[in-house]
Amino acid sequence: MLITRRVEFSSSHICRNPLLSDEENQRLYGPAANANGHGHNYVLEVTLAGEVDPATGMIYDLKDLKDVMMEEVVDPMDHRHLNYEVPPFDKVIPTTENLAVEIWNRLDKRFEHGPARLHTVRLFETEDTCVEYQGA
Amino acid sequence: MTVRITRNYRFVASHRLHLDHLSEEANQKLFGKCNNPYGHGHNYVVSITVHGPIDERTGLAVSVADLDTLVRREVIDRYDHRYLNFDVAEFASVPSTTENMAFAIRDHLQANWQTALGPNAPRLVDIKVQETKRNSVALSLIS
Repeated sequence: MLITRRVEFSSSHICRNPLLSDEENQRLYGPAANANGHGHNYVLEVTLAGEVDPATGMIYDLKDLKDVMMEEVVDPMDHRHLNYEVPPFDKVIPTTENLAVEIWNRLDKRFEHGPARLHTVRLFETEDTCVEYQGA
Repeated sequence: MTVRITRNYRFVASHRLHLDHLSEEANQKLFGKCNNPYGHGHNYVVSITVHGPIDERTGLAVSVADLDTLVRREVIDRYDHRYLNFDVAEFASVPSTTENMAFAIRDHLQANWQTALGPNAPRLVDIKVQETKRNSVALSLIS
């Protein structure tokens, strides 16, 4: 069975590759390459997979899941500039794809010992664009 | 590292569901109020999902600009603010049910996919067409 929890955070970022020309960055990232940055209200949905514990009727305590999401993602990223304040995005371009993978890596280690395992990270950059990563 | 990326697009259109070879009664029974002779309209939302590896150099799995250009040209420009039965060739003889719209969108996108998105194009894996907030069709292109 799957269980999903949603949180929101607001961050700014710049998507540009310093090794590429302004023209090439503009072509790849469009307005997201603006050198002064821009921001989003990100919506993160984290899905865990596991068995329902007959003693509690739960796969994983949703409050504990929220605490993990706050500690690993929201507290370090909310109201921050990802490129300047949130490693590894000083070196890694904070596209939605790379952000989803980084969030997966931060969360996955917290579920290594069960009882549930991380199943999907779904990150909405806007209502109309989302990236899903399942760890491979 | 492979990811799925979903992007939503919107258009508005009118249509009438009707099959010429059936009687008025049979059409009414089959399509209900969607058979109203003067047509009616919807605010459609089309969700396109692609699946592919993240390019290490760019951090991207798809060029959203190229995908937008393709979907705009092949779907939005074709359907937006049209009466589908009269203005869109594929729905002249086939009823523009949400199911058939998903198939038509698949065909238009697949026919132009490589040209628009290049040799490293991600795979087109899902098409969802939402006719109203209560009705949607999901077409999965992977088995």
